[in-house]
Amino acid sequence: MTTHAKNKDNRSTGMTGRQKQRLSAESVTLAYEQRVIARDLSVEIPDNSFTVIVGPNACGKSTLLRALSRMLKPAEGRVLLDGASIHSLPAKKVAKTLGLLPQSSIAPDGITVADLVARGRYPHQGLLRQWSPEDERIVQESMASTGVAELADRYVDELSGGQRQRVWIAMALAQQTPLLLLDEPTTFLDIQHQIDVLDLCAELHETQGRTLVAVLHDLNHAARYATHLIAVRGGEVVAEGPPSEVVTAELVERVFGLRCQVIEDPETGTPLVVPAGRKARARDTGAAQKPALQK
Amino acid sequence: MTTKTLRAGGGFSVRYEPRAALSVLGLLVLTVAVAVVLIGTGDFPMTPGEVVDTLLGKGTVVQEFAVMDLRLPRVLVAVFVGAALAVGGAVFQSVSRNPLGSPDVIGFGQGATVGALAVIVLFQGDAAAAAGGAVVGGLVTGVTIYLLAWKKGVHGYRLVLVGIGAAAMLTSVIHYLITKANLVDATRATVWMTGSLDGRDWSQFWPLFAVCCVLLPLVLGHGRALRMLEMGDDAAYALGVKVERTRIVLMASAVLLVAVATSAAGPIVFVSLSAPQLARRLTRAPGPNLAASALMGSALLLSADWIATNAFGERQLPVGVVTGILGGCYLLWLLVTERKAGRI
Repeated sequence: MTTHAKNKDNRSTGMTGRQKQRLSAESVTLAYEQRVIARDLSVEIPDNSFTVIVGPNACGKSTLLRALSRMLKPAEGRVLLDGASIHSLPAKKVAKTLGLLPQSSIAPDGITVADLVARGRYPHQGLLRQWSPEDERIVQESMASTGVAELADRYVDELSGGQRQRVWIAMALAQQTPLLLLDEPTTFLDIQHQIDVLDLCAELHETQGRTLVAVLHDLNHAARYATHLIAVRGGEVVAEGPPSEVVTAELVERVFGLRCQVIEDPETGTPLVVPAGRKARARDTGAAQKPALQK
Repeated sequence: MTTKTLRAGGGFSVRYEPRAALSVLGLLVLTVAVAVVLIGTGDFPMTPGEVVDTLLGKGTVVQEFAVMDLRLPRVLVAVFVGAALAVGGAVFQSVSRNPLGSPDVIGFGQGATVGALAVIVLFQGDAAAAAGGAVVGGLVTGVTIYLLAWKKGVHGYRLVLVGIGAAAMLTSVIHYLITKANLVDATRATVWMTGSLDGRDWSQFWPLFAVCCVLLPLVLGHGRALRMLEMGDDAAYALGVKVERTRIVLMASAVLLVAVATSAAGPIVFVSLSAPQLARRLTRAPGPNLAASALMGSALLLSADWIATNAFGERQLPVGVVTGILGGCYLLWLLVTERKAGRI
């Protein structure tokens, strides 16, 4: 995988004098009320990367994404967008720079695909300027590039899960943000549609030059599609960098507690995680595994 | 449905759905038509032509008196009470994402009633004081229910469940107040509680009109943000909607609209519940359909008032009884269809 893990010379914010990526978290403490998920966490999202955040369940990866998308306000520290604290920026201004595909959204009853995608234009509109020819063009383009143009007049409720996810992605695209965050975009989809959605993301990243940040469950998908990987465990970043460097048997064991082999993906040459067989794992860690099984 | 755009100079553009726009226009015509008919109805009947002439200042002295002093204020109260209740209902149904999350189901009407009854029974207050009590009662109930249902934002089911619980408790308070009252006060209280437009004059109209003039445009102005909120807080947030602030502004406006409407005409039930749903079925457009809901509320209440005063011959009914009967049928139908759709 040819990639630029830390192309720090891409953009200067001019604010701090030193060069920085557009989106970063600076020693943030993330908590839901009293429950602290992560403490003193810092990450930078490389510009023009397809960054994927991986980690075991409840490791804080979705929480991190929520913080990056300003959905969750850090208890301490701050998230920086173009050098300014993201929570100090006007909501609509952020929404023109940074888009988010939430884990679950509700399609209003009786809305058509075209109308839903059109809602992505909201941050660019006002009460007296509700629909410009540019809005129209961008909505058409967004539907075309996600392959839902022929569904434009269909009702969203009638679509399959895979089609619906494409429509939501189209809506996020219509927002025309250079940065796009996706919270587990492949959950609830079957394997074919998972690959479909990831292909679409890779295409958006390559052809439109957008910075993509996604939370993914499947490590092999992450290794195949990401240009930059952030591995999180227990609220801490364990490793980050290009998948070819990050995904090793040691790291997988450290992050996921799973013994495995990492081989070369015969299709793409990216790392492929093959979990060790059940008996091999039982033999090695027999005593340590038992309490976990009894739970 | 194809959405159309109206453009003018200076980048001005408005987006609308043809069927929704037609519905709004149709409801407007219907509201005006029923209003004219209603003004012409009564012990001193007038033709619609005479009514229009009188409204334009070309009537006889008697006509002038009947229309301008007696009937017009009553009809205008009905128009704005209907609109206020319907918009309040549309906002709450949209925020709670549940057709049952309506002010008349979740206790705001009962709260306003308790306020008015407390003034009548405990302090022997006059009509104006009772109206004030209704506003206070409605607002206190609204804030209390919001605080009880609040947990990282108001969510549909909690709002409906807390509201239904509150409504039940408030209903028992209402009964308690009536048993405590002397005969005269109890009669006044009962009349107030039925919800009626009888004898409404300009003194009820002006405060209602003032509140509506401020709050209806405010709510309509937030209509687009409310549509975004229907996709979930996260999606709305991502699109740059100030989620909590929008919701607070809208809910506070809705509570105030319902409270003021109730103080002007008593607790007229089921308009909040049914008008937004009927409007939505008419426009077939997604979203809260605020403008269509407002006009649907006006048309509904005017029609119910016409039925109340005319359909039963000599025996006139308070309008609240008619909306109660119509709305009860509608609620049953709604419960059945929601059950079939697996939503409750």
